[in-house]
Amino acid sequence: MSPEEPRPPRLSLRGIEKRFPGVRALAGVDLDVLPGQVHAVLGENGAGKSTLMHVVYGLVAPDGGHMTWEGEPLRLRSPREAIARGIGLVAQHFHLVERHTVAENLALGFPDAPFWRPTRSLLPRLRAAAERYGLALDPQALVRDLSPGERQRVEIVKALMQGARLLVLDEPTSVLTPAEVDALFAVLRRFVAEGSSVVFVSHKLAEVEVLADAVTVLRRGAVVGRRSAADGLDRRDLARLMVGRDLAATVADRASLLSERGRARAQAIAAGPVRLRLRDVRVDAPARAQGPALQVASLEVRGGEIVGVAGVAGNGQSELVAVVAGLRAPSAGTVEVDGREPGQGRRRRGARSQVDAGVALVPEDRTKVGVVGDLSVARNLALRHAHRRPFARGMWIDWQAVARHSQGAVEAYDIATPSTGTPARLLSGGNVQKVILARELDRDPGVVVAVHPTYGLDVAATSQTHERLLAAAGRGAAVLLVSEDLDEVLSLSDRVAVLAGGRVVATMAAADADPEALGLAMAGVAA
Amino acid sequence: MIPSLRRARGLRRWEPRADAPAWRVLLVTLGAVAVAALVVTWVFVAYGVAPREAWATIVRRTLLEPRGLSETVRKAIPLLLAGIGLLLAFRARFWNIGAEGQILAGAIGAAAVALFAELPAPLVIPSMFLAGMLAGAAWGAVPALLKARMGVNEIITTLMFNYIALYLVRWLINGPWKARTATGFSYSERFPAEAVLPTLGATRLHWPTLVIALALVAVVALLLARSRFGFEVEVLGRSPEAARYAGIDAGRVTLLLAALAAGAAGLAGVGEVAGIHRRLVEPTQLSLGYGYAAILVALLARGRALAVIPAALFLGFVFAAGDVMRVSLRLPSQLPDVVTGLVLLLVVASEPLTRGRWVRREADGPPAAADARGGPAAAPPAAPAGEGGG
Repeated sequence: MSPEEPRPPRLSLRGIEKRFPGVRALAGVDLDVLPGQVHAVLGENGAGKSTLMHVVYGLVAPDGGHMTWEGEPLRLRSPREAIARGIGLVAQHFHLVERHTVAENLALGFPDAPFWRPTRSLLPRLRAAAERYGLALDPQALVRDLSPGERQRVEIVKALMQGARLLVLDEPTSVLTPAEVDALFAVLRRFVAEGSSVVFVSHKLAEVEVLADAVTVLRRGAVVGRRSAADGLDRRDLARLMVGRDLAATVADRASLLSERGRARAQAIAAGPVRLRLRDVRVDAPARAQGPALQVASLEVRGGEIVGVAGVAGNGQSELVAVVAGLRAPSAGTVEVDGREPGQGRRRRGARSQVDAGVALVPEDRTKVGVVGDLSVARNLALRHAHRRPFARGMWIDWQAVARHSQGAVEAYDIATPSTGTPARLLSGGNVQKVILARELDRDPGVVVAVHPTYGLDVAATSQTHERLLAAAGRGAAVLLVSEDLDEVLSLSDRVAVLAGGRVVATMAAADADPEALGLAMAGVAA
Repeated sequence: MIPSLRRARGLRRWEPRADAPAWRVLLVTLGAVAVAALVVTWVFVAYGVAPREAWATIVRRTLLEPRGLSETVRKAIPLLLAGIGLLLAFRARFWNIGAEGQILAGAIGAAAVALFAELPAPLVIPSMFLAGMLAGAAWGAVPALLKARMGVNEIITTLMFNYIALYLVRWLINGPWKARTATGFSYSERFPAEAVLPTLGATRLHWPTLVIALALVAVVALLLARSRFGFEVEVLGRSPEAARYAGIDAGRVTLLLAALAAGAAGLAGVGEVAGIHRRLVEPTQLSLGYGYAAILVALLARGRALAVIPAALFLGFVFAAGDVMRVSLRLPSQLPDVVTGLVLLLVVASEPLTRGRWVRREADGPPAAADARGGPAAAPPAAPAGEGGG
C-alpha cells in the first residue's frame, strides 16, 4: 500500500502447485498477504480457492512451490502446525459438535485444556476475546441451538483464542443475514486494525469491493489478476477477470433487468390459476424443541408466479420445503397441487406422490440430497423419475433410455462432464446444480421449489440458474424460491413471503418491498 | 503435542483415486488371500508339519481328487446362498449378520415339513424349500421391521436372533422333536426318504440346492443390474437422504431385501438338513458357521453379484481344507476359523488399497528428499532453496 517502505508480507506463497486425479487444481499460485490487510481471493467455483486455503491451513500438501511465514520458510503437515504458527481457518461448513456447548467446543480446540472441567480455564480468555472484537457469545449455549451466524462467531472466536494472526474465511457470508454480514465486517476491520491479516475467500463482488484492501483473482487454478483498493476496485473489472469474459453487464444490470421482467408479468400472473396452495399447515418439531417448527402457514402460488421465501435459516423454511416436496407429512393442514392433495387415498405418501403430481425440488444440499455422488450423471438425471416411463418398463429399467435422455440433458443444460457415465461427485458444484436443474425442470413441472439455488455458485452458473427458474415460471410453473440472499429474492420474485419463528409474518409484492423492512421482518421484529 | 506420535516424513504420499478398476480390486483381493496363505504356512511350520507336504495334501484332497472337490463345492453351497443374500443386504447398507440364525430357521422350517407334513412324495422337497425360505425370511424380517419402524440397530438384533435360533433348534431336538432312539447326542427323527435330497453319485453333493443357489445368484445379479428394485437398493445404500428425496420408501425396500437375504439363507438351511444330515441335528453341526463365513463371501465379492461364486468356492475350499488339516494333518480343528478370520481381516484392511496408491513425493524439493532419505525421520525440514518472499 505504501510503495516507499514495503512491509514484509506475513504470508507469502510462491508457485504453489496441486494436482488431483485429472485436474490441475493449482497451477503455480503466488500470493502475498501483508499485516493489517484484508486480502480477498476472488474466483468462480472450481477456480481453486478452497484448495489454496487448504494448503495454507495444512490440510492439503502442495505438489510444488513453497511458502514463507513472516520471513521464515513454512511447511505444514497438519492444521495443528498451522494453528501453532498463528493461522486460523473459518471453513465454509462449520466443524462444531452440535450436542455440546460453545465453551466445550472451544475447549476441543485447545490441546492444553485441563482434563477435568476443561472449559473453566477458557472462560476468562473467551470473555476477553469476545469483548476485544465485539463478538457476543453465550459460552453455555448448545451449538445446536445457534444460528449459522452465531456458529460462525464461535469458529472465529476459536481461531482468535488460538492466537491467530492470519484469519482465513472461506465464503463466510453465505449463511448470514445482511445485519450479520455488517457485524462480521466490523469484527474483521477491528482485527486487521491491530496489524493482523485476513484472507477473505469469496465470489461476491459487492462484498469484496466493500471489505478488501487487496484482491487476487483466481481462474482455473492460476492467478489472472491482482488489484489493490488504493487504486480503486471496480466491480465490472473484477467480474471480467473472474469469469474470463465480459459478463460485467450481466452482473451489474441483472437486478434491474429481472425486476423489469417481473413487473411485465404481474398482470398475467394475477389471472393465472393457483397451482400450489398451503392451507393451515403446521409441522411439529421434535419433542425436545419448543413449539411447532412451522406454525399454521397458508400460502398460495399461482402459475407463472415466483414467490420468494425470505428468512434466516431455522425459522421454518426447511419444514415448509419438506412439506411441499413430500419429504415430510404435515402435522395438520393440507398441501394442494393444482387443487388436489397428491397421493391422497394412497397408503404411502412421500416424495414420489409429489413428483408424480409435478412438484420439482431443487434441494438445499446439492451433493448429499440432490445427487448420489457415486452414481453416474446419467443415473442421477433419472434419479427421481426412474419409476416411470420412459425409464421404467414394468419392474425393469431401460438403461438405454436413461443414457439417451442424459445425452440430451447434458447438451440442453450445458453440463460440463467428461461423459454421462462419470460419477456425479467428480463434477464441480455448478455442474451438479445443472444436473439437478436438468432433472427437475425438464419435465415442465407444475410446482418448483428451489432452495438456496445459487448458494456457492459462480457468477455464470448463478445467472444461468436464475434464467432457468424464470423460464420455468414463464412456462406456467408456480415457483417457490427459498433463499437467504435478499438480492436474489427481490430480483427474481413477484411476491415475497417472510418467515420468522415458524410463521409467515409478512407477504408483499417484491416491487414494493423495502430491503430494510424485509430485514426487520426476517429478524422477527415486525411480528 | 506428543513427539512419538508425530508422523515421520516419508518419501511417499497417499494419493486417492477416482474409482477402483476391477483388475485392481482382484489383485488386492488375491494379495490378501496370499498373505493369509503365508501366515498359514507359518502355522504349519510352528506345528512341526512340513509346509510343502501339507499344502500338497490339502490341494490334492480338496481340489484334485473328485471326492475332495465335491466336498469343496458342497461346502460352497450354503455360502453361495447366504452370501448372495448378504451381498444384496450390504448393497443397501443393511448390516445383516444374522445369516447363521436364518440358516437354522430355514432348517427348522424344512424339518417341520419333512417330519410332520402329510404330503404326496413329489411335493415334499419343493414344500421343504418353500417352508425353509419362508422361515428364514420371517426370521430376517423381524430385525428389518424393527429397524424400519423404530430405528433399532440391525447389527445387534440380527446377531441376537442367531442365538435365539440356536437355542430354538436345541430345544426342539431335546424336547418336542427329540428322536426316540437319541440317547447321548440329541437329534430329531430321521427324515423319510422322499424328504432327502439326491446327491451326485457317491458324494455328498446335494445338487438341487446347488442349482437353486446358482439360479439365485443369477437372479440377484439381474435384479441389481436391471430392475427398479436394484436401482432403489443402490440409491438407498449410497445415500439415504437422496433416496428419500427420490421418493424411495426406505422401509419397504429394506424389508423386502432383508426378507430376500434371509430367505436365501433359509434355503441354505434346507440344503444342509435335507442334503447332508437328513434330520435336525445339533445347531453347531448343522451349520458350521456358514452364516458368519457368508459375511466374508459378500465382502470378498465387493458388491458384485457374480463374484459371489468364486468367493463362495474359495471359502468352501477353506472349510474343506480345514477338514483335511484336522483329519490328515492332525492340526487343531480351530485352524479353519483362524484362516477365515485372517482373510476377513486382510480383506477389510486392504480395502483402501483398491481406492488409492502410494506415489513418490514430489512436493519436497531434492534437498528435502535427500534429507529424508539419509537422516532420521524427525529431522527438521530443510529450508527450500528459492527466491524470498517479496
